[in-house]
Amino acid sequence: MKKNKINGYLLAGLILFGIFLVMMIIGLFYTPYSPTAMSSAEKFQGPSAAHLFGTDNFGRDIFSRALKGGITTFGIALATIAIGAAAGTLIGAVTGYFGGIVDDVLMRLNDALTAFPSFLLALVIISIVGPGKKYNVILALGIVFIPSFARVMRTAFASLRDVNYITSAKLMGAGSPRILFVHMLPNTVHTLLPALTIGFNNAVLAEASMSFLGIGVTPPDASLGYMLSEAQSMFGRAPWYALCTGMMIVLLVFGVGLIGEGLQRQSREVA
Amino acid sequence: MKSAAKRAGLCIVTMLIVSFLAYAAFALISGDPAQTLLGTDATPERLEQMRHQLGLDQPFMVRYLKWLLGFFTGDLGISYSYRQTVWSLIAPKIEVTLCMALISFVVIVAISIPAGILAAQRSNGKSGLLSTGLIQLGMAVPPFFTGILVSWGCGIVMKWFTPGDFPGLHSAKAATALRHLFFAAVCIAIPRIAMTVRMLRSTVIGEMNRSYVRTAISRGNDRRGVFLRHVLKNSLVPTVTFLAQTMAEIVGGSIVVEQVFGIPGIGRLLVASISNRDYPVVQALVVIMAFWVVLAGTAADLINQRIDPRLRLGGGE
Amino acid sequence: MKRHTIFGRGALRALAAIGLAGALLLSGCGGAAQQGQADSGSGKTERQEANELTVGIAQDLDESLDPHYSVAAGTREIMFNVFEGLLKPTPDGQLAPAIAAEAPTVSEDGLTYTFKVRKGVKFHNGQEVTADDVVWSIERCWKPADADAPLVAGLAAVQEVEKVDDETVKITLSAPNNEFLACMTLAILPMDYADQATQPVGTGPYKFVSRVAQDNAVFERFEDYWGEPASIGKVTFKIMEKAESLVLGLQSGALDVVMHLSSTQTSQLSQDEFNIEQDTMKLVQALYLNNAEAPLNDVRVRQALCYAVDKQGVIDLAFDGYGSPLGSSMYPSFSKYFDESLVDYYPHDVAKAKELLKEAGYPDGFDLEITVPSNYQPHVDAATVIAEQLKEAGINATLKKVEWATWLDEVYSGRKFQATVIGLESKDMTARALLERFQSEKSGNFINYSNSEYDELYAQAIASGDDAEQTAIYKQMLQNLTENAANVYIQDLADLVAVRKGLTGLTFYPLYVLDISKLAWEQ
Repeated sequence: MKKNKINGYLLAGLILFGIFLVMMIIGLFYTPYSPTAMSSAEKFQGPSAAHLFGTDNFGRDIFSRALKGGITTFGIALATIAIGAAAGTLIGAVTGYFGGIVDDVLMRLNDALTAFPSFLLALVIISIVGPGKKYNVILALGIVFIPSFARVMRTAFASLRDVNYITSAKLMGAGSPRILFVHMLPNTVHTLLPALTIGFNNAVLAEASMSFLGIGVTPPDASLGYMLSEAQSMFGRAPWYALCTGMMIVLLVFGVGLIGEGLQRQSREVA
Repeated sequence: MKSAAKRAGLCIVTMLIVSFLAYAAFALISGDPAQTLLGTDATPERLEQMRHQLGLDQPFMVRYLKWLLGFFTGDLGISYSYRQTVWSLIAPKIEVTLCMALISFVVIVAISIPAGILAAQRSNGKSGLLSTGLIQLGMAVPPFFTGILVSWGCGIVMKWFTPGDFPGLHSAKAATALRHLFFAAVCIAIPRIAMTVRMLRSTVIGEMNRSYVRTAISRGNDRRGVFLRHVLKNSLVPTVTFLAQTMAEIVGGSIVVEQVFGIPGIGRLLVASISNRDYPVVQALVVIMAFWVVLAGTAADLINQRIDPRLRLGGGE
Repeated sequence: MKRHTIFGRGALRALAAIGLAGALLLSGCGGAAQQGQADSGSGKTERQEANELTVGIAQDLDESLDPHYSVAAGTREIMFNVFEGLLKPTPDGQLAPAIAAEAPTVSEDGLTYTFKVRKGVKFHNGQEVTADDVVWSIERCWKPADADAPLVAGLAAVQEVEKVDDETVKITLSAPNNEFLACMTLAILPMDYADQATQPVGTGPYKFVSRVAQDNAVFERFEDYWGEPASIGKVTFKIMEKAESLVLGLQSGALDVVMHLSSTQTSQLSQDEFNIEQDTMKLVQALYLNNAEAPLNDVRVRQALCYAVDKQGVIDLAFDGYGSPLGSSMYPSFSKYFDESLVDYYPHDVAKAKELLKEAGYPDGFDLEITVPSNYQPHVDAATVIAEQLKEAGINATLKKVEWATWLDEVYSGRKFQATVIGLESKDMTARALLERFQSEKSGNFINYSNSEYDELYAQAIASGDDAEQTAIYKQMLQNLTENAANVYIQDLADLVAVRKGLTGLTFYPLYVLDISKLAWEQ
């Protein structure tokens, strides 16, 4: 099969994600209005040419806020999976490769953390770091995401442990870190990549849920999740608020989901 | 049998870690239960008094061990906030959440298994595109967003249920209560249906591409027979594992949806008890939820061992 | 590869049938739901016919229900219908005799109060109220078994509580005290009844039936009530923490009354179905400033903040114009103490604010962190607007949303904060309750206000036996708070109540209570 052909899912995903990305890049440099500027004369305006997504309860332009919120959400999700994947891969590598007592202990802890309500776990971490800062949410979500990455990566590393070329590398006297990160890590990419896209999406949704439960980002530093939870309380008055922010989230998650799907198919076809 | 004992041991270890983590969480989290109970009425003397009354002036490990001992003797303690026994507080909530989780599970299984097999059959062309699109879309919508749309659409506009008016499972309106739970259960189910279909589709396709299936068919075996005897049977193990994991996740997912639908289940109680710093209640709920997760995992393994006896030889995990 | 052909047509059909069966099962459920709605859809009239009422509340009754120990405003608001004291507050802010047969006789030196116990008052458990119950209840708050200080601060003035005979109770004070009578609204409970915390028993027009955590609390009319009996037979309070659920509950017909709504929420309700009544919350909402924390320890900086914040702007933006602007720690419904002139003491003036900041040595402004409890949306909203307004004066304000428990821990007891938006109330209809906390050494003085003049005035006010003089001193104290810009005062929030059409008798009190005994369905 042709190696360089991009499949339809990947393409569609990249287009959707591209739209989101372009909006964010614009949002970095320019928003139609200041995302925090309020106006009592322009409260609860429906979508129009002046306000693409309408305005909220403070008369703020939802489109401008969504552009900035998109950046926040994207940043949080990216940082979350960066933490989750880095720590998870490390733990997965160590436990999967060495096994034994380290594996037993870490996996018990992993099980316990998985079984622990993530909401409470996030709250504990936020409390330790000090509540009310954006970085807390990132750190909290990142730590919440470690166990699932660790589990996936452990399986990937364990399956490579007894593969021929690893055994020969060992015989040739390669050190454990070298084996783990030079020989094994590149071969776990086909596990890590889909895990990353799924993790990214879960991070976006988790951030939204946390906001809904009241422990997310602090205003006026809106994220899409925070905006959506805010929009719910005024759904009857301003349904466009919830719909527009909801759709932004769906656009992002849908796009990344399709990219993940496409990548998976691509790698399957290549294989 | 040895493996069963080992498995039980591992479960207990996990649960102990969870219970300890939950206890430790409160040592780390900001906010003092006595202070929360007394609010702005608190004076240093009354705080001292309250801490003593709640037993918070004892050392951390003493409290934990006392709690653990109580747990094994069936005494979950008394809620700081409600002043009633924790068990009497959470028992009706567990019932509600369990009921919702079961409805959700039935919906997931009823839709995703046929849909997943169908999607595997039609994985190419337009229908493949459609199913992949739907799956990704289903996974992209946050449950609480669906929740608010459903309460609005089905509740206010269509009047199929009354948002906010959950009558209770033992009241005269138990049927209304179940209906209420059904709509909430659907919101929890949607993303998980999408995930299950996706998993099932790729499993079935993967299985059908195996050489033995191709060989069997090329040898002229009945296609349907091969499909039912081999493909479906071999897809069963990952499916059961996945569904068990889903069952475990449903309870976690109920936290948000219970808030949206105003359902008095354990998720809502957990969130409120955390913000009230009502530790005995949180402690009990966390352990019960963790037990649920561990139970689901164990159940999956047991079922899978029945399906595929080879797994029994594996021993450990 | 021709995967799809592996499957025979028949098998595909079978699968489709399974899917269809599943779909039918679901639509069956949906159909049943539609049918069931017929009876719950007419629930409004159903409740009206049964003479029942469902009230939506955001605050769970999640604490001890013992009136002497419960602290949450939300609990007291509802248990007001269950308990009574010797005296009872009236809607116009006076005290009327309840368990006392008449107003007490006061000795000439103002030290001795003699109460006659009303005859034939019954507790919800059927027992008759005796002088022993009265003495026991007052002593329980005055000298609690488990604390050194009285549960009700005003009882510190009491020297002795004694039963004179079976229907007379005499209370002696150590010094004359104008506000002592307000304490006599404390609930009278049956002596030695042990289950008050979970199964409370009082003498009010409604008796407590049951409580299910986070779900509901049920009350029934007390048929042996001594006074005018309530109209509605059974009242259920439905607990919904989320404001949007309350709105949905009203719209769907599940609820009849919801208090404390915002204008955004009431605007979602149909005018044909609901009357919206307006009252005030009787709260002093302000940007409370930590007076001990740099740069807020400089009075010029605090004044700059006062000039920079546009309270009317806050009210217009976050509260649709509903709300009464304040200038000090007193709200307008306390007309006796409220000083209108303080409201505009610091008019909105950004230039002046900048000037003051420059004088204080902050020409480029400074960073201000505003801590807000995340569960109180009105405070979060107000803080959001304030932060935006402060930008104009060059002050870079950021919000820090914390849980209520964290707020209590860090801000209220720990005093580790710069500024916070919160509402403070008077629990017993006295001005003292609003003002005493700002004494330098008071444990509730979370803003670290330290002003010797203020402390002196407070001591004078408490010692004063003359009401007019005391009022004048309280007013001076209010002036003192404003002049020193102790806090950036915002408003007394509007309290919007949605009441289903056909329900009459909603009565407002100068306290945070909902009197359900006066509510009635129209015939």
